[in-house]
Amino acid sequence: MMMFALPALVLIPFLGGFAAWIAGLRGATRPAWAVSLVTLILMLLVLVNVTLASLSAGTGGWFAHFSMPWIPLLGINLRFDLDGLGLVMLWLNALISFPCALLSARNVSERAGLFHFLLLSTIAGINGVFMATDLFLFFFFWELMLLPLFGIILIWGDAGRQRAVLKFFLFTQGSGLLMLLAILGLVIVNAQRTSVITFDYFLLSQTAMITPVAGVLMLGFFLAFAVKLPMVPFHAWLPDTYAASPAAASILLSGVLAKTGGYGMIRFVVMLFPGPAAHLAPVAMTLGVVGILYCAWLAVAQSDIKRLIAYSSISHLGFILLGVFSGTRIGMEGAIAQMVAHGLSTGALFVIAGLLEDRLGTRDMAKMGGLWPAMPQFSAFAMFFAAASLGLPGLGNFVGEFLVLMGTWQVSHTMTFFAAAGLVLSSVYSLTMMLRVFFGPRRSEASSPLGALSVPHVAVLGVAALLLLALGVYPQPVLNLSVPASPHSVSYAQEQAQ
Amino acid sequence: MTPIPAIVWGVSLVATLLPLVIACPLFVSIILMLTGGKLPARATTLLVGAGMGLCALFAVISAYSFLTGPDSLGALHVVLWNWMQVGNFTAQIALSLDRLSLVMMLVVSCVGFLILVYACAYMYDDPDIARFFAYMTLFVASMLLLVLASDLLAVFVGWEGVGLCSYLLIGFWYGEQANAVAARKAFVVTRVGDALFLLGMLLMATAVGSLDIPTLLAVGPHAPSTTLTLGMFLLLGGAMAKSAQVPLQTWLPDAMAGPTPVSALIHAATMVTAGVYLLARLHGLFVLTPAAMLACAVVGFVTILLAAGSALVQTDIKRILAYSTMSQLGYMYLALGCGAWHAAMFHLVTHAFFKALLFMAAGSIILRVHHEQDIFKMGGLRKDMPWVFTAFLIGSAALAGLPLITAGYFSKELILGSAYEVSPIFWAGALFGAFLTSIYIFRCVFIVFWGGHRTHAHGRSGMAMALPMAILSVLAIAGGWMEMPDAIANVHIFSNLLSPVLGALPQEHGTSLLIVGSLVPIAGVTIAWTLWRPRDVAPTPAESPAIATLRADWGFDTLYDRIFVRPFMVLAHLNRRDFIDRFYDLIAALTQGSGQAIARLQSGQVRRYAGWIAAGTVAALCLAV
Repeated sequence: MMMFALPALVLIPFLGGFAAWIAGLRGATRPAWAVSLVTLILMLLVLVNVTLASLSAGTGGWFAHFSMPWIPLLGINLRFDLDGLGLVMLWLNALISFPCALLSARNVSERAGLFHFLLLSTIAGINGVFMATDLFLFFFFWELMLLPLFGIILIWGDAGRQRAVLKFFLFTQGSGLLMLLAILGLVIVNAQRTSVITFDYFLLSQTAMITPVAGVLMLGFFLAFAVKLPMVPFHAWLPDTYAASPAAASILLSGVLAKTGGYGMIRFVVMLFPGPAAHLAPVAMTLGVVGILYCAWLAVAQSDIKRLIAYSSISHLGFILLGVFSGTRIGMEGAIAQMVAHGLSTGALFVIAGLLEDRLGTRDMAKMGGLWPAMPQFSAFAMFFAAASLGLPGLGNFVGEFLVLMGTWQVSHTMTFFAAAGLVLSSVYSLTMMLRVFFGPRRSEASSPLGALSVPHVAVLGVAALLLLALGVYPQPVLNLSVPASPHSVSYAQEQAQ
Repeated sequence: MTPIPAIVWGVSLVATLLPLVIACPLFVSIILMLTGGKLPARATTLLVGAGMGLCALFAVISAYSFLTGPDSLGALHVVLWNWMQVGNFTAQIALSLDRLSLVMMLVVSCVGFLILVYACAYMYDDPDIARFFAYMTLFVASMLLLVLASDLLAVFVGWEGVGLCSYLLIGFWYGEQANAVAARKAFVVTRVGDALFLLGMLLMATAVGSLDIPTLLAVGPHAPSTTLTLGMFLLLGGAMAKSAQVPLQTWLPDAMAGPTPVSALIHAATMVTAGVYLLARLHGLFVLTPAAMLACAVVGFVTILLAAGSALVQTDIKRILAYSTMSQLGYMYLALGCGAWHAAMFHLVTHAFFKALLFMAAGSIILRVHHEQDIFKMGGLRKDMPWVFTAFLIGSAALAGLPLITAGYFSKELILGSAYEVSPIFWAGALFGAFLTSIYIFRCVFIVFWGGHRTHAHGRSGMAMALPMAILSVLAIAGGWMEMPDAIANVHIFSNLLSPVLGALPQEHGTSLLIVGSLVPIAGVTIAWTLWRPRDVAPTPAESPAIATLRADWGFDTLYDRIFVRPFMVLAHLNRRDFIDRFYDLIAALTQGSGQAIARLQSGQVRRYAGWIAAGTVAALCLAV
């Protein structure tokens, strides 16, 4: 049973997407939406099942495996393995995908079936990315999660979408190509050494440890993930893309897709090439700190609320880079906690931005102001997530940022000092957003309340708030569970898979 | 046989009650938030009164049973849960009660209770009363966590929590842009301190391996002295921002934009004193770093004088009190820097009494003169509101430190004595500060309460406002009698209470210092009377460029605006479109442009192609030869 759970996590959303497409062919939005939700619930049930089985297997190491030949001639397998890191990321994906499907129903009226198909394909691709341990399969899922997203933005995005998608496409595909070259390079080097052609992560990890060209190969992986995360100076695609995307795509992009970059950094850079990664660490960490400060500074000056959140998001992702490359366990755990917390808080902020755009017809903060009395409940939620985003202790983001800073402190005091200065800047842009949107005198003409929050909105924002609170007050389960497993601790895995 | 079961019961009673002391206001806050303003005002005030009453009651009971229990000299720990544990670093959510946190807990819960009762009447007609009390009770809960937490990281939760509540309450009337801007300023400036605090914690956690305060105090002294000094400097920076000490003081005067009960609770009695409390808790480490102590004393010294100078020329009654708070906090920092922990804590307590009283009285005045805050538009209010006048007068006397009959006198004398011990300059400056204090507060008293009417007072202050003021008036007088110099009476209740934690009270000085210290406030009041006693002409504020600078906080705000805020914002706006992004756009444009240029070569004219081929051949031949 457990064996088929992993591929099921990919297949269910993919097939469910097909079903939604077919259900939506007649033009009605409702059936497609319903199929989409049922699919996500099924996926969640499988995930609960996997989690329960994993927890009983004890913490640490690899929990579950699946292997099946795909292209035997080239040594390519359909191989999935799940460790704590992957499991936590799968949960994040499952949690974030609900608001995407649930809340998108309002905005998407045309070709809803296609929309849900593309959305669910992306989700399937992301699930695959978090589990695939065959490098070819990983690359396959990496593309699978991006291609449908191009479609979503291109069809349902706003006026600037074509330019934004082109930029997004060039950056991610260009860097993806580098990763593909690095994968092929690693396979060839391994084939020369052992005369076996394989794309298996665990087998290749042996070669990755000893090959003299490890540094070059690692750079290919690193650049792909650095663009995806994104790391300054490869961030230029992100604000345009986030701003031009429909709400569901913004939530998915900021909530989960950015984390595939962080996940990849851990799994395929630091764990696969530990030596070269340590050499790269000072550069990566410096760029992380630069990103924290530079993008926080950019966020302050934005007047488009989605661009503000987009830049703040890049700023927070700098902490992930810092933690992953600090080389300390505490920094790594902090980075993972930060990934989860950032996914929830930024995802929620994009829900809020999407709703504002929906109700006011603009994203320009100069045209907002004084919205609190018109929508008190909604404003209180915005305040909560702004507080989370500025790193208020007691909420999830603080745990991540504190642990990352603690890991960084052991490596460099200067970098920690500058990263901590980012905390001051984060309070500047978060509170500036609150000031310009919700406080002050009422600026927009409409004096009537902008309508109460719908039940799905309250549910989505409420659950996100509760999870952030839980993560901030009692993060230990996530910290314990999310330990990434080493590629070298897989003897048991090998047996299971064969 | 000793009645062991009773004692054990007593201790476990404290262990049970201590979390409840925090939980009571927290639950009230959660209920108010979840009901989202649907509760009627009466139900809200009843809920708040009950919650805060229980909180104060539990605090008093646990204080009593702790002091009568077997552990009364040590500390009682209640571990609630493990917050985070990674590698060998552990942070716990744990509470600890010793005599120092006990004093602070009583101040926060009891004075907090009184101020909230007052606020129930003050805010009764505000349509957003539920939101107000949701923030206020959340503040009290955070402050109690700050006070009781035994782990520095958990202290930080309360520390930032009170900062957030302060932000929300300063901007409570968010309809005014200025209020919301003041709120943001308060948060950002204190966040600078919070970042320093955080760095200090990282340093301590790395050097000591734990942030548990007892462990820090036990193991910290073995850390290298440079590490320790740097750590204490960072923590001092955090404390200074919270307590509005120079040069991080600029947020406090603007913070007066909040409703007056907020100013009384947060910006006078509790939150701003958090820094003093933190340093007193860590005095075992602080005492090992003379450089940090000296810096602390100098900061306090400078703040006393600068803030008192500004208070002298303010026209807004709340701003007078705000600068006065800064100045009084300066006394506490001076005391801490001089190693006079008892004196700092004693002044913290008496200041909480009399400054909360002054703010409440000021709030009553403001309510009854149609939200007028300019003292030069008041006048002759002595007859209109005799009880409020009495309360304000008692508070002013205590603030000025009029000898023997006020609480402020005894606590200030204790600080002056310790300052003299370290340096006569500190003593002289602090004494001059006391002189200015009595002048500026009685300037306010004479202008507001004497002379002709310049405004019409209406209504009455109800019981819910009068009773807390009456209680605090008594405390502002009698609160000082728990600690008196030997020359007056041999009473040392306060220092005896704290000496198990803070060490013995140092030797006292002769009576000459005491006599000088007693005469100075009287002289100040006399000068205030000669300058601002009622005359035929209505008083007007003095005007000159120097006074304008003084009124605007010695130009700190303008300076920060010029060197930090404006360059930051101007450059940010210039780079709003992100030059890195522009760079990629440039590459894209170049690629496109060159592509088009080369595409133009493909003209379809055979003779041009032939010409190019010929030119290429010639070039190739030249290269070959």
